[in-house]
Amino acid sequence: MAALFAQLEPLLAQVQKPVQYVGGEVNSQLRDFDAAEVRWALFFPDAYEVGQPNQGMAILYELLNGCSSAPVSAAGPDVADDWLLAERTFTIWPDLAELMRENGILQFSWESHRPVRDFDVLGVSLSTELGYTNLLETLDLAGIPLRSESRTEADPLVIAGGHAVFNPEPVADFLDAVVLGDGEEAVLRISGLIRDHKRECGMATPGSRERLLGRLAESGLAYVPAFYDVCYLPDGRIESVRPNRPGVPGRVAKHVLLELDQWRYPVRPIVPLAETVHERYSVEIFRGCTRGCRFCQAGMVTRPVRERGIQTIGTMVADGLAATGLAEVGLLSLSSADHTEIAEITGQLADRYTGTNVSLSLPSTRVDAFNIDLANELSRNGRRSGLTFAPEGGTDRMRRVINKMVSEDDLIRTVEAAFSQGWRQVKLYFMCGLPTETDEDVLGIADLAFRVIEAGRRAANSRDVRCTISIGGFVPKPHTSFQWAAQADAETVNRRVRALKDKVRADRRFGRAITVRYAEGEPGMVEGLLSRGDRRVGKVIENVWRGGGHFDGWREHFSYQRWLDAATAAGIDLDWYTIRERTQGEVLPWDHLDVGLDRAWLWQDWVDARDGSEVDDCRWAGCYDCGVCPDLGVATQIGPTKRALLPLAVAGPAGAANGV
Amino acid sequence: MQQPPPAQRIRLRYFKQGPARFASQQDFARAFERALRRAHTPMAYSSGFSPHPRISYSNSVPTGVASRAEYLEIALARPIDPELARAELNRVLPRGFQIMAAVEADGGALAESLTHSLWGIELGVAGLAEATAVFLAADEVIVRRMGKSGVREFNVRETVVALEAESGAALLRAVTGPGKIVARPSDVLAGLCAVSPALAIPGVPLATRLAQGSWVDGQVHDLFGPSESLG
Repeated sequence: MAALFAQLEPLLAQVQKPVQYVGGEVNSQLRDFDAAEVRWALFFPDAYEVGQPNQGMAILYELLNGCSSAPVSAAGPDVADDWLLAERTFTIWPDLAELMRENGILQFSWESHRPVRDFDVLGVSLSTELGYTNLLETLDLAGIPLRSESRTEADPLVIAGGHAVFNPEPVADFLDAVVLGDGEEAVLRISGLIRDHKRECGMATPGSRERLLGRLAESGLAYVPAFYDVCYLPDGRIESVRPNRPGVPGRVAKHVLLELDQWRYPVRPIVPLAETVHERYSVEIFRGCTRGCRFCQAGMVTRPVRERGIQTIGTMVADGLAATGLAEVGLLSLSSADHTEIAEITGQLADRYTGTNVSLSLPSTRVDAFNIDLANELSRNGRRSGLTFAPEGGTDRMRRVINKMVSEDDLIRTVEAAFSQGWRQVKLYFMCGLPTETDEDVLGIADLAFRVIEAGRRAANSRDVRCTISIGGFVPKPHTSFQWAAQADAETVNRRVRALKDKVRADRRFGRAITVRYAEGEPGMVEGLLSRGDRRVGKVIENVWRGGGHFDGWREHFSYQRWLDAATAAGIDLDWYTIRERTQGEVLPWDHLDVGLDRAWLWQDWVDARDGSEVDDCRWAGCYDCGVCPDLGVATQIGPTKRALLPLAVAGPAGAANGV
Repeated sequence: MQQPPPAQRIRLRYFKQGPARFASQQDFARAFERALRRAHTPMAYSSGFSPHPRISYSNSVPTGVASRAEYLEIALARPIDPELARAELNRVLPRGFQIMAAVEADGGALAESLTHSLWGIELGVAGLAEATAVFLAADEVIVRRMGKSGVREFNVRETVVALEAESGAALLRAVTGPGKIVARPSDVLAGLCAVSPALAIPGVPLATRLAQGSWVDGQVHDLFGPSESLG
């Protein structure tokens, strides 16, 4: 083990959960650093326990380390060789960070415990806005200047990707480049470009860094914020965002990966020694979603839908279990019940794994009887404890606004079916603070829950049925139909949720069968500021971090007051960024970033939302011209493939399958 | 779900060293269960809705302490060659964990055979031999330990059966025996500091459990291995 570990080891004995920092986990890759030409430190700006299970990190880690997804890769993508490697790094908890600063130890990589500064690229996975302060914390501990403009040829390139970077403007000053969309092909092509640049110009010569960023921007592979000037109107709105050097595109498009069957990652994910938030092997069964929920950024920025076939999924599950020894499999996507062959996938996997100690899970929240059939399949021998559905809105009117096409009667029929088939608890997800929402819409959630319990008791012929209502505060997100909407202020969200809780509690017939879970509205205001903020908001993030703020996604570390004070000090009006409705003509901070959606279509969808007009899924109701496929030159890729799982390969030497 | 009784039990002695010493007992247990699945070890499972592989752990070292004498017992659904099981597990265990020996269990409870531990603590500080003498001469040495339910005070002297500073004071060897609260290496160091306030111990010294078993004729007889005597 290199350099820093010897210095670090005595400190580890003095901190909480030291095992998270030691690396060397099963399937981690310690490769020859000096032999490689392009070295990535993949960074997730949260604690190890949150970042390590991240699917995006796992995919890029295997891809950059040349892990074969055989047999496809040999003939498929240009998979990396010895010239490329990746190690990992995560935000370090304050107890160890303080000791490291005292002892002059820099942020390290998890594999070789080498300073992150020594790598060519710091690849940042930004999946949530509340990780921005951790980005600054880790840059600082790494000895990398916070601002892109202060970095030199001696510093790694700081390149970010992930869902939060569809509006990277609040962190634009801290990033050198931003990759929009699917990262698989993008990281390989960017790596190739960096390798070529290093060979041709070296990295140390003055000006080399800017020339490399120029090549990245001109190629369209990445968005380089420094090459765009933002001008503001006297009233504070943006006047324009324009390139400030020739050859740089006016708009930067997201990357879309096609043919997911050709990209079987991850197949050998790292098995953490420390406990993490997810302890399962996950297969992404498809990417993208066209359900058209108007609040959902993920559904809007990941279009079109691209499925993996049943055979690929079956092989990935078998290989993933063999490589990790995990006992739980998650079939992930944005709405897993929507896979064209989901019944075959769940049925055949259940045939294969029922009676072994492998459990399968399908995180689907679709409100229909089919979803219960799938859940029944996956719990053949197990206990039918709880099912989760996401109506998201409390009344039919509210659900039409958000385009969640499910009626109250649908929901009641669905829960009746669940309770009559042995399920004893349903969890219902809702949002509060949606556009056009009134107090009555939120109180309607209680009425819905009462009907659920009433129908459930009848269907189960038992009083032992429970319903948990989980309420999240709605935050308008860039590139969605609600990107123009006024966010509800924290007081309104808190008042409505408390009124709902009181109404549930006061009901003598059903109140005790219902649990209401909710989060306070204040963190949502900060998330709102960071979601739709512009470059001026960067100063607020920096102020918060300088004032001791980080790990903002953790309730015990989040301080609303610190954010308010930081905004005041930066001259930023929180309300202007959050509760202000935008007009059609306003230049939005992310308008120069192209996810393929036609802006006129998106505006019309916002108009339709307020009229309560619904739009059906293009997979079965025909194209409604959202613009993504023609704009990006892509198409929906779905089955059915009409195939079945491939037979399993023979198990290992000590015996047959790991059955009971 | 009712499961048949195990066909065989195997006892394993394993090492935990290097960075792996920072794994807690729970961390190791998760890693070990996954290793059993990767190695296709034919485990016996508990009955009930969520069957667990039947593994008995005993007297695990505290997090941060290394060990060359950890023991556990696994129950199997069908008999296998213990040596084969050992080889397969060593192929798949995470770095720092290694199965050193595997034998078929005789039926007794593992914990009953593991009453005493020999610890080595790497120190190299002045005044260690003197402090050790004072410690051994005392009837009672009260130390405090931070636990889940707050700070506890207890007599560390009670469970320290033997204590010796190696010549040059590079290594402190301690034997702990049964008691209400069994002393850990950190408690022994705290006890030394309590009886000899001049003793300056830097940071958290590396401690290793060197042997575990019974206490016979002034020696810890390791359950599997050759006994490692004091001095």
